[in-house]
Amino acid sequence: MPNKRNSLSAIMTLGMLAFSLTATANPDPDDWQSVLEEAEGQTVYWNAWAGEERTNAYIEWVAQQVDERYGIELVHVKLGDTSEAVSRVLAEKQAGNDDAGSVDMIWINGENFAAMKENDLLFGPWADSLPNYPLTDPENTPAVRYDWTIPVDGLESPWSSSQVVFYYDTALVDEHPNNMPELLEWAAQNPGEFTYPQVPNFLGNAFITQAMLELSDDTRIFYQPMQAEDFDQATAPLWAFLDELHPHLWRAGRAFPSNSADLRSLMGDSEISIALSFSTTEASGAIANYELPDTVRSYVHDSGMIGNMSFMAIPYNAEHKAGAMVVANYLMSPEAQAEKQDPEIWGSNTVLSMEQLSAEERALFDGIDLGIATLPPSELGEVLGQPHPSWVDALAEAWQNRYVN
Amino acid sequence: MLLRLAPWVLTSVLVMPLAAGLLMVILPAFGYLPVLGGETFHFDAWQALWQRPGLYRSILLSYASGLITTLASLSIVVLFLAASRGTWLDRGIRRLVSPLLAIPHAAVAFGLAFLIAPSGLFARWISPGLTGWERPPDLLIVNDPMGLALMAGLVLKEVPFLLLMCLAALPQLGPEKRVTLARSLGYSATIAWLKSVFPVLYPLIRLPVYAVIAYATSVVDMAMILGPTLPPTLSVSILSWFNDPDLDRRYMASAGAVLQLGVTLAALVTWWLGEQCVKRLSQGWLVNGARSSGSMVVAISGRVLLATSTLMAISAIGGLVIFSVAGFWRFPDALPGTFTLDHWQRILPSVTTPLLNTLSVGLAATLIAAVLVVATLENAVRHHLPVSRSQWLLYLPLIVPQVAFLFGLVVAAESISVRPQLALVVAAHLLFVAPYLYLSLSEAYRRLDPRWVQVAHSLGVGPWRAFWRIRLPLLLAPLLTACAVSLAVSIGQYLPTLLLGGGRVPTITTEAVAMASGGNRRLIAVLGLLQALLPFIGFSLALLVPRLVWAKRRNMRGVV
Amino acid sequence: MTANANFHTHQLHTKQLHIKQLTISLHGETLLAIESVIQPGEVLTVMGPSGSGKSTLLAYLAGFLSPAFKAQGQLFLDEQRLDTLPAEKRGIGLLFQDPLLFPHLSVGGNLRFGLPRQVHDKRQQVTQALEQVGLTGFEARDPATLSGGQQARVALMRLLLSKPRAVLLDEPFSKLDTALRQEMRSLVFSQLREAGLPALLVTHDHADAKAAGGSIIELG
Repeated sequence: MPNKRNSLSAIMTLGMLAFSLTATANPDPDDWQSVLEEAEGQTVYWNAWAGEERTNAYIEWVAQQVDERYGIELVHVKLGDTSEAVSRVLAEKQAGNDDAGSVDMIWINGENFAAMKENDLLFGPWADSLPNYPLTDPENTPAVRYDWTIPVDGLESPWSSSQVVFYYDTALVDEHPNNMPELLEWAAQNPGEFTYPQVPNFLGNAFITQAMLELSDDTRIFYQPMQAEDFDQATAPLWAFLDELHPHLWRAGRAFPSNSADLRSLMGDSEISIALSFSTTEASGAIANYELPDTVRSYVHDSGMIGNMSFMAIPYNAEHKAGAMVVANYLMSPEAQAEKQDPEIWGSNTVLSMEQLSAEERALFDGIDLGIATLPPSELGEVLGQPHPSWVDALAEAWQNRYVN
Repeated sequence: MLLRLAPWVLTSVLVMPLAAGLLMVILPAFGYLPVLGGETFHFDAWQALWQRPGLYRSILLSYASGLITTLASLSIVVLFLAASRGTWLDRGIRRLVSPLLAIPHAAVAFGLAFLIAPSGLFARWISPGLTGWERPPDLLIVNDPMGLALMAGLVLKEVPFLLLMCLAALPQLGPEKRVTLARSLGYSATIAWLKSVFPVLYPLIRLPVYAVIAYATSVVDMAMILGPTLPPTLSVSILSWFNDPDLDRRYMASAGAVLQLGVTLAALVTWWLGEQCVKRLSQGWLVNGARSSGSMVVAISGRVLLATSTLMAISAIGGLVIFSVAGFWRFPDALPGTFTLDHWQRILPSVTTPLLNTLSVGLAATLIAAVLVVATLENAVRHHLPVSRSQWLLYLPLIVPQVAFLFGLVVAAESISVRPQLALVVAAHLLFVAPYLYLSLSEAYRRLDPRWVQVAHSLGVGPWRAFWRIRLPLLLAPLLTACAVSLAVSIGQYLPTLLLGGGRVPTITTEAVAMASGGNRRLIAVLGLLQALLPFIGFSLALLVPRLVWAKRRNMRGVV
Repeated sequence: MTANANFHTHQLHTKQLHIKQLTISLHGETLLAIESVIQPGEVLTVMGPSGSGKSTLLAYLAGFLSPAFKAQGQLFLDEQRLDTLPAEKRGIGLLFQDPLLFPHLSVGGNLRFGLPRQVHDKRQQVTQALEQVGLTGFEARDPATLSGGQQARVALMRLLLSKPRAVLLDEPFSKLDTALRQEMRSLVFSQLREAGLPALLVTHDHADAKAAGGSIIELG
C-alpha cells in the first residue's frame, strides 16, 4: 500500500517526528482462506542470514515451492547478520513508515527476538493460528512456546531446532572429554588445541553458558531474570573454570576466533582438534564441503547440551504479511521440514513432533541418511534450555571485563 | 548558467544526506532516539563508552595503525619511484601493481591471513621439511595484539592506490627534466628525485594520502579478519555494538561513532603536524649539497619493498585461486589433496543478477559523479577559482564511519517516502564514489597547462568546443583512471547497498559478504575472485583505451 | 618558401589595434600603464625584465587576465571595442614560446582546428598552408615526430588559418637555436606584414625588436 503524505509533513519527518496518515487492515490468520487469497501474487522479502551455501540453496527450493503452490514470489534477502534487518525495521519505524516496510519476514531467535518484542517491532500474534502449528505439539514442547525463556506469544513461528555439539578429529584425539572438568584436563595435556569463539558471538556465549550450567549444582536460578546480587555467587564456578582453561587454549587465550566459521577453519587447518557447533550436522556438512577431514566426528557431554529453536517473525510494518504467513506455514509443513533435515540438502533438525504426524509423513523423516559425523537423535542426550537472556547479557559483559584489557 | 550550479549540486548531493545521517548519530550519542524511548539529552552513552574494557587500547590501535599504515605505504611508493629508472623491471613491477587495486580489501585480507597464519601457505611450503612441523605451531601471527597483520594487509592495498595517484600526478611535473638537471649538478639519480621531484609531488598527492589515513583508521572488514580481537579496533567494536541484539547498545554505538570521527580527525591532524615538521626540518637536507649519500640504500630498498608487497599481494590472490578449486587440504600439504570445480559450479548459476546489478549501479554512480565532478572542476578552472575550503566537505563521507550515518540515511529516505530501489542505492554509492573521483581527478584537471585552452580560444574556439575538443581528450587517461577507481569503490560498497536497497538490490558484494559470514574459505575465494573481476576490467580498460586511441600520438602516451 | 599570393587576398581589409589608456594593477599597486596604437602590418615590441608585467599585458589583450588583476582602459580594433568580449570572440591570435601543437591531433588536425566553421575548402586550405612553409604532405603526421622548427612553422600557419584580426607574440623565438631563429623571424614577420595584421611582440631579445622593425616600448 503506498503511503500518502503531503510534502510539508515529509519535511517535518526529516527530523525525527513521523506520523503515518494511513493505516492498512492486517490479515487475520484465523481466516486462513482469506490469508491465502491475499497472499497470492505477493512478493515476500525474507531476510535471512546467508553465510551457508546449503541454507541458501534450501531457501531457493522453498521459493520454487511457494511459487507453484501459492503464487507467492519469495525473495531471499541475504544477510551477513540478522541485526541488519532489525536496523532496517527500526529505521522505518523511526521515519514513520508503519505499513509499507521492506522486511516481510525474518529468520530470528533469542536476543534479537527479545529486543524486537520489547520494542514493539513485531506483528502478531499470528503464529499459533497457522494450520501447521499443532504439528509441533506446543502443549508438550516448551521450546516452541519459549524462545530463550521469553514467551513467544504467537509472535514467531518455529522453524528449526538446534543443539550445541562438540566435534573432534579422531585422527588426532584418542578419547574425547565427556564433561567440562574432563575438557579442562584434556586441554592441559594438549595445550593450544581447543578454543571457542569470542564472546559475545552467539556460539561463544553458548560455550560459557554451557559451562555455567554444567558446573552449577542448581540451575533453576538461570531460568529467571537475573538479579544483580546473585550474579557473583552463581557464576563463581564458571570463572574459576575459565581462568584455569584459558592458558591452555589456542594462542594461550590471547586471541579467539570470531565465529563458528573461523573455528571450523582452524579445525580444517589442524590448528585445533576439538571444536563446537550450534548445528548437529555441521561436521557432516563441512566434510561434504571439503572443509573438514572425514575423520571428524561429533559428541555431546554426559549431562546434556544447550539447545534452542529458531523462528520466523513478521515485522509490525511488513508490507506483505499475508504472504509471509503463508510461507511460514509452508516452512512448518512435514514436506518442507523433511527436506530441510536431509543432510544432503541442509541437515537442520525439524521442529515437528513425530507423534503428531501421520505414518506417511513420518516416513519422510525415517528415510534420511544423517551423514557420518552426525549423531542420531537417540545419542544427542538431554537438551538444556537457554537461560534467560539477562543472564547471557551479564555473562558476556563480565567475560569482556575479565578477559579484554 | 548551468555550470555555475555544478559545485553547489555536487556539494549538496554529498553533504545533505551526510548531514541527515550524522544528525542521526549525534542525537542518539546524547541520549535522543525516540523510537527506542530516548527522549531526553544526557551523557549516559558516553559514560558507558568510557567504561568499556579495552577502549583506550582500541582507540590507540585505530589511531596508530592508520598513521603507521599510511607512512609505510607512502614510503614504499616514494622510495620505489625514486629508485625507478624506467627499466623493464621497474615497468614490470608497475604493471603488476595496478590490477591489485581491483582486488577487494576483504579478499586481500583473507588471502593474506591464509598466507602468514601458522597453518598458512608459507608454513605449508616449508613444513615439515625445514621446520619439522607436523601440526601448525601455536603462534599468534594473524590477529596479533599489536595489529601488525592488519597493518600489513592495509599496506598491501594502499600501496597500489598511492602508486596510481603518484603516477597520475607525475607527468605534469616533468620529473625527467628535473632529475636530469640535478644529475648535471652531480646528484645521483635517486637523490636527485628525492630532492627535486618529491617536494613538488607531495602537494599533489596530499588528498589521496589523507583519504588513506581516514580509511585506515576506520576500516572494518580488514580489521575483522586480520586485526586484534582482545580488544578489536574501535571501528570493529562500534559495528558489533550497532549489531548487538540489545537495541539499547545503539546509544553507546552512536557515541562510539562520534568518537571514531574524533580519532580519525586526530590522526589527520597528527599527520598534518608531521608534514609541517618535515617541511621545516628538511629545508636543511634539501640544500645541504649531499649528492649521493644513501643513494644505494634508497635504490635497493625502494625496489625490494615494492616488489615484496606486490608479491605478497599476488601470492595472497594465488592462495585464493587455489582455494577456489581445493578439495580437503590437510596441513602441512603444500597443495590440496584433491581439486574440484564444485565451488565454482555452486556459485556461478546464481551470480548473473548480482553481477548485472553491480555493473548498473557502479556505472550509473560513476557516470553521475563524473559529470558533477568534471562540471565542478571546469567551472573552477574557467572562473579562476582557487581551491576552496569547501572542498573539504566533499571528503566528509570518507572520514565518517559508514555504519553510523547510514542508519540515519535510511531514516531520512524513509521520511520522505523514498522506498528502497536501485536509484536510491545509486544515490548512496554516489556519496563514496564522488569524493574518490574528485580526489583522483582534480589535480590532473587543475594542473593541465592553461595555455592549451588559451591557444584554442585565440584560434576563435569557444569554451564548450575547447572543452570537448581539447581538454577532455588531453585528460582522457586521468579521467578514465578516476572512473576506474570510482567503479571499484562502488563495487566494494556493502552496507549502503544493503541498507538503502532494503536488501532488494543484491550485488556481487552483498553476496560475498553474506557468504563470508559463513566462513567457507572456498566459496569466499570464488566470490572474492568474481568480485575482483569487474574492477579489474575497469582498470584494464582505463589503461588500454588511451593506448589504443593514442597509438599514433607519441606525446599522449605517458601523459597520464 | 614561396608565398601564395591568393592566400591572403581576403584579409586586405585590415584594421588598427588601439590600446587606450590602459593601467593594470594588482592589490592596488599599478603594474603597468600603456597607451598605444598599432597600425595594420606593424609590429609593436614590448621589452622589459621579468616581472615588469609583459605577460600580464598579453593576458589582458588576449582575454585571459586573472580576476585578481584590475584593469582600467579599453581595447579597440578600429571602432570595435574588444576588451568586453570573451577571448574567443576577439579575433586576437597568439603565438607562444612553445609551438603548443595539440598532441592528440595530427598536423592536419591542428591546422583544421583553427579554421573558422564557415570555411568550406578546409582540406585545400590546410594543404596550401603546409606547402607554403615547406611541409607538403605532412597532414597525417603526429606533431611529436616533427622537429622544433617544423612545429614552429605549423603553429604559425595554424594561427594564420584562424583568420585573426590582430596577433600577439609571446617570445616566440626564444627557444629556437640561432640559425632557426633567423629563419623563423623573417617568416613570421613577412607573413604578418603580408596579411596586414597589427601585432604586439613581447621579447627579451633586442635582435627580435630590430627584426620586427616597429616602435618599442620599455616596461618596468
